[in-house]
Amino acid sequence: MSGKTLTRADLAEAVVRKVGLPRNESQELVELVLNEISDSLARGEQVKLSSFGSFGIRQKGERIGRNPKTGKEVPITPRRVLVFRPSNIMKDRINSGRSRRVKAAE
Amino acid sequence: MIKSELIQKIAASNPHLYHRDVERIVNVVFDEIVDALAEGDRVELRGFGAFTVKHRAARQGRNPRTGTAVPVDEKFVPFFKTGKELRDRLNTNG
Repeated sequence: MSGKTLTRADLAEAVVRKVGLPRNESQELVELVLNEISDSLARGEQVKLSSFGSFGIRQKGERIGRNPKTGKEVPITPRRVLVFRPSNIMKDRINSGRSRRVKAAE
Repeated sequence: MIKSELIQKIAASNPHLYHRDVERIVNVVFDEIVDALAEGDRVELRGFGAFTVKHRAARQGRNPRTGTAVPVDEKFVPFFKTGKELRDRLNTNG
C-alpha cells in the first residue's frame, strides 16, 4: 500500500488543473457536489452515478446489541444507513491498477 | 438522483458556468476518486465519508448450481464508510 490519502483539496486541485477554474471556485464546486449528494440522500433518495457507483439508503430495524466492554445488552434503535455499491467499471479499474502493481512487485 | 440531475442542479446554481464545464467538473471529481483507489490510495472526505480499497485473498469457491469447487483469484474491492456528519443527517429528519 502506498498509504497516500486524498482529500477535498486534492479534488479541488484536479478541477483547477483539468477544467481551469480558479482555486477558490473549484473548492466551492467540489463542496457543492458533495452537498448535493448528501442532501439527496438525507431526503431518502438513491443517488446513482454512472461509471462510479450508487449510494442507497437501507432501513435497519431495532436489534439487541451488546456493550463489548461490559457485556451488557443494549437495544440498538432503528436507523437509516448508507450503502455504497461500486460500479463494475470502478471495480475493474481498481483491480487492473492494483493487481498490476502487486504482480510487478513480485 | 442520477448524474445528469446532479449536473443540472449544479449548473442551475452556477449560471456563469458553461453546462459542459459543469459536466467536466463532476466527472473530474469522480474520476479522481477512482484513480486514487486504483493507485491503492484512500480518499477521505470529512463529513461525507471515506473510500478505501480492501484486499480479498484468493479462495476456493463453489459453483452453487453444480457444487464443483472453483478457484477464485485474489481481488481488491472498493469500500465506502459513511462520515459521521452524513450518518447523523440520515437519522435526524426521518
